[in-house]
Parts: sequence; structure tokens; C-alpha cells
Amino acid sequence: MRAPVSWIREYAELPPDLPTEELARKLTMLGLKLEALERPGDHIRGPLVVGRVLTVEAEPQKNGKTINWCTVDVGDANGTGDPQGVVCGAHNFAAGDLVVVVLPGGVLPGNFEISARQTYGHVSAGMICSSRELGIGDDHTGIIVLEPGAGEPGDDARPVLGLDEEVIEFEINPDRAYALSLRGVAREAAMGFGSAYADPCRRDVPAANADGYPVRVEDPAGCPVFVARTVTGLDPTAESPEWLRTRVRLAGMRPISLAVDVTNYVMLETGRPIHGYDGDRLQGTIVVRRATPGERLTTLDGADRELSTEDLVVCDDSGAIGLGGVMGGETTEMSAATTTVVIEAAHWDPVSMFRSGKRHRLTSEAGRRNERGVDPTICEVAADRVAELLTTYGGGTVSPGVTVVGTPPEPEPIPLPIGLSSQVAGLPIADEVVVANLRAIGAEVTGDADLAVTPPPWRPDLTDPYDLVEEVVRIVGYDQVPSVVPVPPVGRGLTRQQRLRRRIGRTLAGLGCVEVVSFPFVGDETFEALGLPDDDVIRHAVRLSNPLSSEKPLYATTLLPGVLDAAARNLGRGATGVALFETGTVAFPTDRGPAPVYGVEWRPSAAELEKLFDAIPAQPLFLAAVLAGERDPDGWWGEGRDADWSDALEIVRGLARELGVDVEIRQASRMPWHPSRCGQVWLGDVEIGHAGELHPRVCRTYGLPRGTAVLEIDLDALMARSPEIPPAPVVSHQPLAKEDVSLVVDDSVPASAVEAALRAGAGDLLESIRLFDVFTGPQVGEGKKSLAFALRFRAHDRTLTEAETAAARDAAVSSAARTLGARQR
Amino acid sequence: MSGPNSDYDPVEVTPLQAEQVAGVRDEALAAIAGARDLAALKQARLDHAGDRSPLALANREIGALPPQARKEAGQRVGQARAAVNHALAERTAVLEAEAEERLLVEESVDVTLPSGRRPRGARHPLTLMSEYIADLFVAMGWEVAEGPVLEAEWLNFDALNLGPDHPARTMQDTFWTEPADDHLVLRTHTSPVQARTMLERTPPIYVICPGRVFRTDPFDATHSPMFHQVEGLVVDEGITMAHLKGSLDHFAEQMFGEGITTRFRPSYFPFTEPSAEVDLVCFVCRGVAGVVEHCRTCKGEGWIEWGGCGVVNPRVLAACGIDSERYRGFAFGMGIDRSFMFRSGAEDLRALFEGDVRFASAFGTDW
Ligand SMILES: [Zn+2]
Repeated sequence: MRAPVSWIREYAELPPDLPTEELARKLTMLGLKLEALERPGDHIRGPLVVGRVLTVEAEPQKNGKTINWCTVDVGDANGTGDPQGVVCGAHNFAAGDLVVVVLPGGVLPGNFEISARQTYGHVSAGMICSSRELGIGDDHTGIIVLEPGAGEPGDDARPVLGLDEEVIEFEINPDRAYALSLRGVAREAAMGFGSAYADPCRRDVPAANADGYPVRVEDPAGCPVFVARTVTGLDPTAESPEWLRTRVRLAGMRPISLAVDVTNYVMLETGRPIHGYDGDRLQGTIVVRRATPGERLTTLDGADRELSTEDLVVCDDSGAIGLGGVMGGETTEMSAATTTVVIEAAHWDPVSMFRSGKRHRLTSEAGRRNERGVDPTICEVAADRVAELLTTYGGGTVSPGVTVVGTPPEPEPIPLPIGLSSQVAGLPIADEVVVANLRAIGAEVTGDADLAVTPPPWRPDLTDPYDLVEEVVRIVGYDQVPSVVPVPPVGRGLTRQQRLRRRIGRTLAGLGCVEVVSFPFVGDETFEALGLPDDDVIRHAVRLSNPLSSEKPLYATTLLPGVLDAAARNLGRGATGVALFETGTVAFPTDRGPAPVYGVEWRPSAAELEKLFDAIPAQPLFLAAVLAGERDPDGWWGEGRDADWSDALEIVRGLARELGVDVEIRQASRMPWHPSRCGQVWLGDVEIGHAGELHPRVCRTYGLPRGTAVLEIDLDALMARSPEIPPAPVVSHQPLAKEDVSLVVDDSVPASAVEAALRAGAGDLLESIRLFDVFTGPQVGEGKKSLAFALRFRAHDRTLTEAETAAARDAAVSSAARTLGARQR
Repeated sequence: MSGPNSDYDPVEVTPLQAEQVAGVRDEALAAIAGARDLAALKQARLDHAGDRSPLALANREIGALPPQARKEAGQRVGQARAAVNHALAERTAVLEAEAEERLLVEESVDVTLPSGRRPRGARHPLTLMSEYIADLFVAMGWEVAEGPVLEAEWLNFDALNLGPDHPARTMQDTFWTEPADDHLVLRTHTSPVQARTMLERTPPIYVICPGRVFRTDPFDATHSPMFHQVEGLVVDEGITMAHLKGSLDHFAEQMFGEGITTRFRPSYFPFTEPSAEVDLVCFVCRGVAGVVEHCRTCKGEGWIEWGGCGVVNPRVLAACGIDSERYRGFAFGMGIDRSFMFRSGAEDLRALFEGDVRFASAFGTDW
């Protein structure tokens, strides 16, 4: 909402010396937030004056143009009082007209400096200005011709043009629709400074009678009030006066024609949107009803629209002529030939307005006000004001007929305990102040301890006691509310899950990985890039109906695409190696929808809530990581190495160890991993993810080096198995006994199985076991491999004898031999 | 050299004479003192303290002396040998120390060689910021509440007093799932966590809810379809706007430094009434006259918009089954991304979501 300050002052008797900054600050603190403070004249410096054209001599030029050599009376503004000689290229004026002259030394918008200059054989001492040159309009076809009496030669032209105006642009919240009018803004300003306020809607209007334009409202719920007035005999060539055009322009709307400008002006003034019909194009009774199935309407913007049966339409004998309260129709639009105007000032149901606007994607100044709620009692006033302005500036007469259909809804009184404002604010507020503040916003207040407060008709947002509390407290001033830190009961700190998540992040960072945050949007192309088979379970995703990109309409079921993209981006920017991780929720459709939508009057039952929560997709927390390129750099310390499949598994194991969880890795084959270098991660009998080398084809698709390591696991599952506090180990001080064994097994036997067999056979004396070498070659034999394990034995209570250690070792070896056919080398 | 000789006249045996012993001893001490390195000292040890050294030989002769002479000779030789051994030990220590010193000099390295065998990892600054904020409130006794990102429409809107025809629904550009009658959205704020908390717990409730939220904004320097919010919710007996102000003032000071307090401006949110926007004292110019006018951060206003807040609308309490006669609540919400950008001076939101390690690495693993 853009409010010219002079217009505010027309209704609010503010202190004359009140700085506009102070006014804007006060209104901001009352809830009308300052967006911008504009002074349109700020870009014009130096002498800009009113001039009277004395002589005009047309001088045709060789280039075919005709220029005018003019003398202009600029009073004493040029210091001499002599007429000023000016060359002008425009032709829309004559001797005797009042024009706007910028004299030498002046500066126009764009830092355009004016000086006396030699041109077309004259010295042109200044310039006669168009509105575009002054930065106040688009019109450059001619210079500004002021209306007679607008000023005297030599007067400063700024006030005449509204260039000395200040405009405050406010951000208006949806509950303060009344402030989408000068009436409302001025009321707040007057209230803020305790100034007198003159309501522009306080106006005597003629009573309704049967002679007005015939109107029938078939849906009074959708259109509770419909007022029609008629103006005839308008001069179709009449233009809006300069002051009105200036105000409309300063308020951010474009002056168009007298009839349009006047309806806009009255809307800005009162907040009530008005529609004008060309009376000669209306056919028969105006009817307001809901649209019929399949009904169509071409609106003012030229769009042919199919209407919904929920849309409110205004019709005449020809059918629909307007989308009520939202936008008029083409067939009855006012034109440059209109001499009869039927003025519609109607109150519309805000919900219908909101739905129609949304349905037809129509936003307009009228719609914005109608859907937020306008004072329903001012329809007659607004129509009368339009009729007055039209006849004042366009001639013609106001028809005596006044049509008023319906009555405005009455606001209900709201009960308000007088102390509630104080209790809610935590600030003592005297009873008198409560009452005074409520009256200041226009409410009627009765009662003592328990007030009954009837809000004014322009405040449909006030329905609850707490709404009134906000009004009382904002006028007292939010800055008066003290600052008191509340004291909660004893808290329990972070939950275990929350602490574990932090630990996971720190562990991964400790392993050299950098956390990234990606957008969780994927699409079929993403799944293709990952090489997933058509029936892969993670292709089944939640689909968005309005995705940002049509290529990624799905909510992620995997975090891999995000980390792979980020890895490629880092390498593309010159990184030699990159290790990234991301934790985030993914979503798997429940297919148990739809989610119910309950009322809000009371809490849904336990069963209803269960149904609600059940319909929401499962959203487990996942971890994805990628290691690409250099893992350990070359350096003065020696050679480095690139990341490979084992780095992914090392991270999984390292994380599991940190959380005190035993994971088992099994050989697997799953896209997007290398089919022979993919480990499946198991927790007991639950599979929680995969880790290994990225499939070379996927590496190529993403532009990542072959050998890139990736992993993705379900952190919720991992965290669920993490013991809160692990049992304390008994640390033996007895000496350690070392036994190394080398076992030859078939290539296909996993190292983990050999280790498990050794562990099983070694018994309780085994303290640790570690695979320290893997060896293949002719000595071992075709299809075989040798695995070297370091076994460490220790007892809690004694030094082990050589015989005991050897027996344990042999038991371990024979266990591996028995179950896996292992042979000791 | 002579071996044991029973015929030998002990008085005649010169090696045991005092001058002789002293001479051998002095010779030995001179050789020890003259040894320049451990090898020379080893030779001196062999020559002067070894099995065949004059003092060792002299020692053997003692047995051949008449008993009355043995004591004196034994003493004499013993003292000489002790002096030599002592000198040897001392010299050894000196030479070993010298040798080690030389070795340590030889072992010199260039300690300015770079480190970085394993480039360090980092956590995302938004994660760190969220944790930092959570910890501020946990320290006051609040708890951290969470909820899903794909959320029921009813929890994201209706339960928060945003009915289907509420104009405020158009203020939020919502991602909806397909089909539309599934009534699921990507949550547009973390407020559904407040609703969940009120449905799941009974007052007193003191929770902070950080999390990801989504709006259909295009991705540019100041907008993102995904961003992070933190909301606070308190429901207790006797709660007032003053408690809201106190909590936010504390929060602001902890985040942005001493003296950075808040200002409330009347505003509108369907789930709170009264509602306010929260402004921060500009942490760059602090609103100081003469500086504020030129401040680019607050554009000369002295205040920076931080978030929204208010007293929980009793209708929201009712929808969640909380007795609004007995309990009152307050709620607030801020952008974590925006707060992080304020604190760190980051100017382009996109840097947070493109995953360049150079960005996150600047913030380490914890604050
Ligand atoms: Zn500042």
C-alpha cells in the first residue's frame, strides 16, 4: 500500500512539523510496516517553475521536423522578469497555456543538467518538460499542459505536480485489510499521534429508492450488499484533474481515463473496490448468482475463462458480464465513448473471492481487498462519492435512482475480561487504557470487568478476545513489554538420538569427510544415472504436484545423487580428491494415505491421530558418503593413494565401532555399485545399506574417477542398536601370547568367514584377531589365497604356557579347516 | 711381562712400588683424558684397565707379597685402579653426550614442511548453527523437538489455525504431493512440530524445533526452495509476552553478542495472537547515530528483521487439546540460514547448498 503523506494528512490532523520519518516509524510500530519512503522530486534539482507561454512560432526545419520557438513568462524566476526564450519540439500547446519549465542550472532525473544552449538558430534557455522527462509518467508525446489556474508564472512547479510529495509504502498484513485505504492508514496515523481524524466515509447519502438500476441478488451469502448508482450525460473526452491523476499515480496505479481513475481513487480513499459498467451496453436487470456449469466469461484482461459453479458472477440479459468482486467482463467495459456509467459498489463474501482469485489465478487491487474483507457498510458512500467525482469532472448528472440490495452483516460483540490484555502482555495496563484503546480503533465497548466489545465494521479480522488483546497492546506499544526470561521445569537435555546424530557427524568429519546439504529432489533421470533397474524399490517415491523442476518431481529415496553431484562439482573446480557425506531423511511412500484433514475446534481422537500419523510416509535418516580421487595425497612423506572400495567399508566399520555396534559385511551386487565390489551392511538379520566401489558406468555419468567409493546406510537402524553405555571390559595385566597363522582357502571364501571360524575355534583365551596379509600366487595355488592372521591370547589370571597357547591356536586352525577347508601353510 | 714367581723378592718387585703405581696410573689417566672419541677411549680402556694392563698385572702380583706388605700394596693398586675406572666412566659419559649431541644435530629436519597427509573433514555450518542454537535453549532447560519433513496438510496448516480458505495460505508457497487428495505437503515451516509436540506432550512444554522447511522459491542468492528454521514453543501457566521477549532477548545476545536485543512490531500470523515481527539491533552499526545512516547491513534502519513470534492462538491450543483457560503459550520462529549468514558474513545463500568443501571446511567440526 502506497500512501501519499498529504493524502494521509487530509484526514488526520497531524502536527504540521511532524517529520515523515517519524510518522512512518510510528505506523511501523503500530503494525503498518514501512517498506520504503519515496520522494519523487528528489531526483530533480534547481529551478523548476510554472510558465505561461506568451508566443509560439513554428519553424520548419530542413530535416522535416518543425520546432517551436517560444517565449515563456516565468515571472521573476529567471532573475530578470523578462520572457524566457525556449525551443520546444512538442505541439500539444498554444500561447496562453501554463507549462512546466526547467531553467538553466536545473537538473532532471538521470542527472540531466540543463543549460542555455545554441540550437536551431536560437539560444534555448531551458526546457519545457514532459512528464517522462520529470520521471513522473510515461507520456512523452507532449509536454505537460497544466490546467488553468494551477499556478502563477514563476511559481515552483513541484507542488503543482506533486513532486514535493512524500509517499510511504507500507507492507500490510492480511488481517489489516482496512489499511489498504487512505481512510485506514489515516485512522492509524491519527490514533498514533492523538490527532483529530475526519473519516472520509462519513457522508450523507440519498436513501435507497425503487428508481435505481434493477438488481437482483440470488446469492445473498455471496453478495450481502449490492449498491448501484447511475451517472448519465458524461463528456467522454473529459480527463481526470491533475491532482487526482497525481494521487492515483503516487499510490502506484496508472491513470487511464476519468471513469477508471475515479473508481480507483475512491477505492484508494475508502478501501471499497468499485466497478463501473458502460450503462449503454448493459441489457436488463443485473443479477448476481453462482455460475452455471460450463458457463464462460471473457474478463477485462481478454482471457476467456470457464467458470466454476462456485464462482460468483454478475449477469445481465446477455449472460455473465463480470466475475463478481474479482474482475469485470469485456462486453460492458467502459470505453472512450462511454457517457452513461452504472456504478457497482458491492460487498462480497471474502472466502468466495479468495477461491475465485486462486482458481482463475487473478490478482487485482480489487480482489486483494475483497478477499481480505472490506467494510460492508460503506457501499452507498463509495458509490455516491464516485458519482460526485464523475459529475464534477465529467459533467453529466447523477440519476436520482438509488439501488440498495441487502443489508451489511452486523458484527457480533466479543466478550473480553478487562484484565486479559495485561495478563497476556505481562505488563500492567490500566482498565481505562484498555477501554480507550478499543474505542480508538473504532470499537463499541460496554461493561465493566467483563467487557462486551463490538468491533467496527471495517475490522472483520477481530473475532476473538485475543484479537482485541493485540489491539490494546499494540497501541500501548509492544516496546513497553518487559523482558523476562521464563523458568522452565528441569529439562532432560538432548535425547539419545540427538546426541548420537552429533556423534555420527563428528566421527565422519574425523574420518576426513566434509558434510554437504543437498536438495532432496530426484527424478527418473536420476535413477537412470544411477543405473537402477526398472523395478528397483527406490524408484517408488513420493511425487510432488508442483516441483521446481519437471525433471526432479520426486522426493528423494536416496541421498546418493546429492553427494555424487557435489563430488563432481568439487573435482570440476580443481580439487584433487574429495570426501563428502550427507545425513538427511529420505521418504518412502506408505500407500496408506490419504492423510485425513480434521476440524480444528477440538483435538482429534487417539484413533484419528493414529490414522493421521500412519498416512505420513516413512522418513528414515540416511547417511551417504562419497570418496573420489586422492584420498591420501602424495607428499614429502611419501606416496599417497586414491580412494578405493575399501575406504567406503572403512567408514562404515569405523562408524559402527564408534557407536558400539557390530556390523557384518557380506558380498553383494547392487546398483549403483560395482557388481563385484559391493558390500552389503548387516546388523544382525537386518540389512541397513551398502558400501563399496561405484559402478564404472555411473562414475562416467557423473564425471567421477573410476574407483570412486560410495556408501549409503540407514542411520536410524544403526542408532537403534547402539548401546547406551557399553559394559566395562576387564583389562588383564597378564603377559600376551602371540601366534600368527597363515591359512590357504579357496578364493571364494570370504576373509570374514575365515576370521569367524578362527574366532569360534580359539575359545575364551583369544583376546584379538587381525588379518595382516592376503597373498595369492603360484606358491599358494590356482584359485586359492593365503590369509595371514595375528592371533593374540591372554588369560585373566595367569601367564599362559606355551602348550596352552599352542592348543588354542590349533583349535582355531582346525575350526577353519573343518568349516572352510582351510589348510595351514 | 712377568708371571707369578715364587722366588721373587717382593721388595724387589718394582710394579708394586709407589712411584711405579703412580706412574702407571697417571699414564692411564692421561690416556683417558686424551681420548678424543669413544673408539679412542675403548683403546685406552683396553690398554690401561684391561686384563693385561699394568695395573691389572700389578694387582695379580699382590698375592705374591708377604702378608705384611699385601695390605699396603693392595691399597695402593686398588686406589689407582679406582681412579682409572672413575676417569673412564666420566670420560665415557662426556664422550657419549658429545656423540649424542652430534647425532641430534645430524638428525635435523625442516619442521616447516607442510602437514596434511589426511585433509581434515568438517560438518556443515548449518548443522553447527542448529546445534549451537539447540544448546542455548537446552542450557535453559528446554528440550529439542523434531518432526518429519513430509507432513500432513492438517498439521502444517489447519491445526495452526490456517484453514483451507485462509488468505495466509497464499503467503506460503507450498510444495504439495500428488495426488492432491493425499493431503501431504513438504512442511512450509517447522510449526507442525509445535502441533505434534502439543498433541504428544502435556504442559509445561518448553521446546525448540530446528529443521528443514520448503517453499516453492527459485534458487538464487537470497532464496532457496529448501532452508532451515528454528522455532520455539512454550506452553505453561502464566506465560506472557514478557516471557517471549525475555527468551528472544537472551537468544539474540547469545547469538549476536552483548547488547544485541530485540524489538517487537505488531504483525500477523494465524497461529499466534497477538503476533509480532522480531527485529534485532543491527549488529554492524548498532543503530549508532552517525554510523547507522551509512550502514549497508540494515539500510540505515538500525534494525534487522529476524523472525516472527507471538502468543499461541487459543484456537491452536484447542485443536491440540490443551486447556486454553489454564495454559497460555508463546512461539517464535527464525531462519537458521539467515542467522548463520548474519553471523558469518556469508552473502550468497547458494554457497550453503552446493557442497563445495572449501566453504564448509572454513567452519570446522564444532562451535
Ligand atoms: Zn546497521
